[in-house]
Amino acid sequence: MKTKLRGSLGALLIGILVFSVGFSVAAAPFRVAAVMPSSISDLAFSQSMYDALLAIEESMGSENFEFSYSEGMFIVADAAAAIRDYASQGYDLVIAHGSQYGSSLVEIAPDFPNTGFAWGTTVDTFTDQGITNVFAYEARSEEGGYVNGVLAAQLSKTGIIGVIGPIETGDAKLYVEGFIAGVASINAAAEVKVVWTGSFSDVALASESAETLINAGADVLTGTAQMVVGAVGVARQRGALWFGTQSDQTSLAPEIVAANQVYDWTGTLESMIAMIKDGTMGGTAFAITLANGGLKITVNAEALVGPTIQGIIDGTIEIEL
Amino acid sequence: MIGSVIIGIASSGIRLATPYLYAAIGETFGQLSGVLNLGVDGIMLMGAYAAFYTALRTGSLALGLLAAMIVGALLGLLMAFVSVTMKAEQGISGIGIYLFGLGLSELLFKKTLGTVETIRGFPRIHIPWLSDIPVIGRIFFQQNLLVYIAFALVPISWFVLNKTPLGLKIRAVGMNPEAADSLGVNVNRVRYAAVTLGGILSGIAGASLSIALLNVFQQNLTNGMGFIAVALVYFGGWRPLGLLGGALLFSLVNAFQLWIQVEGIINIPSDFALMMPYVITILVLAAMARRRVNAPTALNKPFDRGG
Repeated sequence: MKTKLRGSLGALLIGILVFSVGFSVAAAPFRVAAVMPSSISDLAFSQSMYDALLAIEESMGSENFEFSYSEGMFIVADAAAAIRDYASQGYDLVIAHGSQYGSSLVEIAPDFPNTGFAWGTTVDTFTDQGITNVFAYEARSEEGGYVNGVLAAQLSKTGIIGVIGPIETGDAKLYVEGFIAGVASINAAAEVKVVWTGSFSDVALASESAETLINAGADVLTGTAQMVVGAVGVARQRGALWFGTQSDQTSLAPEIVAANQVYDWTGTLESMIAMIKDGTMGGTAFAITLANGGLKITVNAEALVGPTIQGIIDGTIEIEL
Repeated sequence: MIGSVIIGIASSGIRLATPYLYAAIGETFGQLSGVLNLGVDGIMLMGAYAAFYTALRTGSLALGLLAAMIVGALLGLLMAFVSVTMKAEQGISGIGIYLFGLGLSELLFKKTLGTVETIRGFPRIHIPWLSDIPVIGRIFFQQNLLVYIAFALVPISWFVLNKTPLGLKIRAVGMNPEAADSLGVNVNRVRYAAVTLGGILSGIAGASLSIALLNVFQQNLTNGMGFIAVALVYFGGWRPLGLLGGALLFSLVNAFQLWIQVEGIINIPSDFALMMPYVITILVLAAMARRRVNAPTALNKPFDRGG
């Protein structure tokens, strides 16, 4: 009787031990932290990364994946402090979502060799400086820019198209150059007028830029960065079409937003997470492109043919057969 | 052709100048009474949020404007309390108010709205007979209500500051608070009133952005306008007419550089174009440096009776 009890007790103990060890090993979630320069609801750059993190959380499940974020970190020193903080709290991947954070990463990454870092938008992984735990990622936004330009050139009746850019750098510059090339491929005589407002957040100046462009004859507009909400408002008021980028901006003005290039970072993040789990902490540069699905084009039928459909329905358009 | 160009640039300039006018006139009242309020941008942001959210939820633009005025008054009172009663270092407490307004407006935006959306703000009003005047009519008399009020505030504030007992008290309290105190003026109460009025006007400045000119609210919507408004007070020599000149100069040059970029006439890099409003304002200020400027002598100095 005693032996049997000891035996079964022993089995129970071993069972509990195995179960708890197995449970704790399986339960360690992959932790990601992201530091972003603007608000996660900016309908542009930062929101695209936030949306991707949410999507990964949904597909991996919240027991396997956790993420934290710091937004509005436009002061680089604050962002550097946040990055270092996350790394020392043992996050597996720390994302520095802003090209201005590069120099901070050069200092921080070597101090945390067991943490993976990611820096975007850029192609530099600092491997030439002997740093092995930094991934780089960028958006080939000139591809979607070209597509938007092709559609814009076909929709413009005046042949004058306006662009409102923030600062002539990074993915904003790529987008605008792609857009101009796309327009030229359809209509070499079309004029593309570009205004740079010098800021990612000057909504008032973006709004007046749109007014000035429309006064100059533009009937199709596009632009990049979070300040474009001002321009979209003016476009809606004055009946110009809008092409968005970085995020789907249709909700701002469904009657006039014709198409958007949307950044989807999920594939890039999944690759990085897989590589880190495998033991590689950095060294690869990723790009989101139309080919790998990281860039998507959404077209808004309501802006393109909504008025026509409505005209047929209420009889203002008569179809002569 | 040249007419439509002038119309475009001038009306853009007038719209760009509007929030500066509200904020700078408000700050002028506060500074003339001796209180420096650097928190204008934060108050503008809170006013912009309050106006936008209220107008969105109630459908009433007037209620939105009222909400902005109330929020502006409360923050103005806070600044007055910290600067006048607690006698804190005004520059620092102003920055504190700025950071508070910046952070709180964004937090409230995220919690109550979450995503950027637009509303139908104050529409353009064509003033019946005046808006038919060629060129001038299109520029001045086809704007929205808050633009008209902003420009009307210039002569009104001039009148209040120079022709009413309240204005006299405000200026006296900023120039020589001991003398004013000895004549029975309650220095602290006048300063409270002036700073609170400044807060109300800053709130309206924010509302002019979110429910009249831009019709949207977003994180950091003002993008530092409040600080430029404070600079305009100095530029204008603490006079409403002076700050009207400064606001118009800055905004018209800004509208002009946009036009230069659009037309691509002078092939200058966009960075030079963007610098123009700031550089020209500095040049004009330097050229005017020899004129007599009546800075409020007690500016930035808390008042201590008997001290």
